[in-house]
Amino acid sequence: MIELTAKQAADAIRSGELDAAEYFEFYRQRAAKDPYNSYVWVADETPAEIDTSKPFAGVPIAIKDLFCTEGIPSQAGSKILEDYRPPYSATSVKKLTTEAGSTLLGKTNQDEFAMGSSTENSAYGPTLNPWDTTRVPGGSSGGSAAVVAGATAPWSIGTDTGGSIRQPAALTGIVGLKPTYGAISRYGMIAFASSLDQAGTFTRDVTDTAMLLSAMVGADPCDQTSLGLPEPVRLPTADSLKGIRLGVPEELSGEGIEEGVLKAFNETLELAKQLGATVETTHLPHAPHGLAAYYLIAPAECSSNLARYDGVRFGFRKQADTLLDMYNQTREAGFGAEVKRRIMLGTYALSSGYYDAYYGRAQKVRTLIAQDFKNAFGDFDFIVTPTAPGVAFELNSKTSDPLAMYLNDFCTVPMSLAGIPAISIPNGLSEGLPVGFQIAGPAFSENRILDAALALEKAIGFDGSKAYA
Amino acid sequence: MSTEYEPVIGLEIHVQLKTRTKMFCGCELSFGEEPNTRTCPVCLGLPGTLPVTNAQAVQYGIMMGLALGCEIAPRSIFHRKNYFYPDLSKGYQISQYDIPLCLGGQLGDVKIHRIHLEEDAAKLVHVGSSGRIHGSEASVVDYNRGGTPLAEIVTEPDIYSADQARDWLTLLRETLRQLGVSDVNMEEGSLRCDANVSIRPKGSKALGTKTELKNMNSFRFVAQGINAEIARQTALLESGEPVTQETLHFDPVSGRISSLRSKEEAHDYRYFPEPDLVPIVPTPEMMAAAEAAIPELPAEREARYESDFGLPKDTAHLFAYEPTWGTYFERVAVEGDRDAKAAGIWVTELRTRLGADADPHKSAVVPAQLAALAALAAAKKVTAAAARTVLDKMVETGDHPAEIAEAEGLTAMEDSGELSQIVAKVISENQDVVERIRGGNAKAMGALVGPIMRETKGRADGGEVNRLLREQLGV
Ligand SMILES: [Zn+2]
Repeated sequence: MIELTAKQAADAIRSGELDAAEYFEFYRQRAAKDPYNSYVWVADETPAEIDTSKPFAGVPIAIKDLFCTEGIPSQAGSKILEDYRPPYSATSVKKLTTEAGSTLLGKTNQDEFAMGSSTENSAYGPTLNPWDTTRVPGGSSGGSAAVVAGATAPWSIGTDTGGSIRQPAALTGIVGLKPTYGAISRYGMIAFASSLDQAGTFTRDVTDTAMLLSAMVGADPCDQTSLGLPEPVRLPTADSLKGIRLGVPEELSGEGIEEGVLKAFNETLELAKQLGATVETTHLPHAPHGLAAYYLIAPAECSSNLARYDGVRFGFRKQADTLLDMYNQTREAGFGAEVKRRIMLGTYALSSGYYDAYYGRAQKVRTLIAQDFKNAFGDFDFIVTPTAPGVAFELNSKTSDPLAMYLNDFCTVPMSLAGIPAISIPNGLSEGLPVGFQIAGPAFSENRILDAALALEKAIGFDGSKAYA
Repeated sequence: MSTEYEPVIGLEIHVQLKTRTKMFCGCELSFGEEPNTRTCPVCLGLPGTLPVTNAQAVQYGIMMGLALGCEIAPRSIFHRKNYFYPDLSKGYQISQYDIPLCLGGQLGDVKIHRIHLEEDAAKLVHVGSSGRIHGSEASVVDYNRGGTPLAEIVTEPDIYSADQARDWLTLLRETLRQLGVSDVNMEEGSLRCDANVSIRPKGSKALGTKTELKNMNSFRFVAQGINAEIARQTALLESGEPVTQETLHFDPVSGRISSLRSKEEAHDYRYFPEPDLVPIVPTPEMMAAAEAAIPELPAEREARYESDFGLPKDTAHLFAYEPTWGTYFERVAVEGDRDAKAAGIWVTELRTRLGADADPHKSAVVPAQLAALAALAAAKKVTAAAARTVLDKMVETGDHPAEIAEAEGLTAMEDSGELSQIVAKVISENQDVVERIRGGNAKAMGALVGPIMRETKGRADGGEVNRLLREQLGV
């Protein structure tokens, strides 16, 4: 059972070859015994009845903690939401369960409020990388990556704000997709940075990505910024890259990237050429400023989004004699260090007298980066880069150096700022650890990205089973 | 010689919109329901929820803008106004900031600066003896009101007296009521008013330092508060002290003004564009729908009643501010051969009898019959006094005025022979009065008119009675 991809399992269940309850129970038991601290909550039973007429019937889904799930803890990795059980479920969760027939297997660990690149900023302990338990799985959706890599779930969903799906996918040897901003409703996703947050998928292969994505996309009346996709998501079929023009931005594929990662990247480019693609160097001149802009815009939005955690209506409260003391002590004790750091950064960036110099300017850089991509897509079908600058790093090696941690998002943040879709597929090992190859396309080009990713996936032949076998 | 000062006043008015649901969620608006029964995850600010702009609120905003002559922004956006308080579930209020829905405009004699949309805060209730925050045992929050749509109307500093402010607010309130966008009830808080007050030497063009008077809950208090603040500022300047910019509270009971918050507590609201909402971009269809939903408004109506119907200003004003009576008046005027002035008088008489709040269309008196009564009076077929009696009966029975006058013997005496005889009879019965009149006391004639009117049951024309009296007395 463990060898089956989610699509293979779904097909087998619907054709009657595989028992839905048996399959779910198989993963439920694996999840309950998960050795990587990838889960913060696991279903305590297999549903008595499973409606096998629905496409994902019997296929368990693991969901990042920050998606609201009715009656089930949704803590966003934070102490301030300890045992918080929302009265409603996120739109994307409902689409996967109620509509597509999947069953919630568990909630996965994450960096607190999705702020981090290692899943070490969780109030519920760090998640370990199934490839090497002395190392991090990346973040912030590290739990969702680890459950797929460690085969304690066939697939999972997470969120990506500046790389929080793509980077952990790369560090754990699986496929992670961040769709176009607006493709999937944000309703019910506990917000970090509203203009950047986007739900996406973690799967073992590109076909599963397409299948999972197809069930999640769509405009939602509860989210004015949601658009859906202009055409349905197709299962990819390509096995060549004939006529595909790949642009390699010099700014995101040289300095600061580990040698082993670059080697794998260049090998994949060679494969792409063999598959019929042309590969050329190009430029995204403003991309190097992406991180700086990101670390103003995202904290600014989070400083406002996290104001509601004040101890008044829900979640953790520290009782005090005055209102101000209650606010201060609740937030002091309820939030972790990284969250406080970003709230302070964002509060400063928005304060009167500094707005133009920080937030205003960051938004201008954001526009310029989006324009860079637009220009590049005039010449290329896709922009490709290494997903992360290095392989999975050791636990605690970067926790005391926020800037070193932030550099992990160097190659993924520009696409987030531009709101465009990007996928990370595993493209080899360096020092025995997986590395990822990122393919970014214009807004709404998910189907084309999936085709290109599938063609490369076949050619690369990456074997992720080492992590769970 | 002491300087004469002139006040300059600007108003900020918050209007709760009468939409079915709240500004950014599907909860129905609350009218005194049990606390926290009109709430949902969105207006409680629960994690993961997102706002969705209420299309009806946008339409009402556009209607207000059009009615007040504003320019409707082709694209306006929402901002977040960040501050911590328990009445604010998200830790920020969604409001419009530098790109509001409506800009410019004018109502009556006052220019409008802008109108923008936002959401109301929840209500804090302080538990304890005083009902105030100081000394209370606890504070509880009722989120029923949280998220109610608000429009904030800001005028230019274009008002120069407390009376002008009150009159203009009355016009604004009536305009909004007739637009149907709000209940505009100050006591219930659906209309709230702040005033910015400054004074300057008369003739000066520069504006003085302004203070802000907060939350006055009746138009009378607005006027009183403004006057008190003008007096306070004048006293300051006359004693050589400066006015400081601050937020003030006017206590109508003591008449005193006190400082509400000082500069040190000034908030930095950290405004930034609300990333959860898309801009408001009114389509031609939205504009047309808003335009079509606007009825005739009091200022236009008043002008029309004066120019087209020749009504005196106070009657035109009355019918413009009470459009149900205005509409009824127009029907009577049309029935009555466009003798609009007479129609105005008789509709006013009917209004006195039914009460201003009554709907005359639902009364027994149909417009054609009131017009008929006006015509009878104008033709002197019934006297003014008798016509009033006829109207009393019409209100009761709904019968035609001519029939009532006939049945009750109230038709005017056309035959002056009969009247002449009654006059002679009264003169002969009141020789003492006649003596006084002949002795030069012309006023005493009134003492004869009463008995004559009694004898004629009010059917006699007053002018005719006077004429006959003078004739027969030879005075
Ligand atoms: Zn609500």
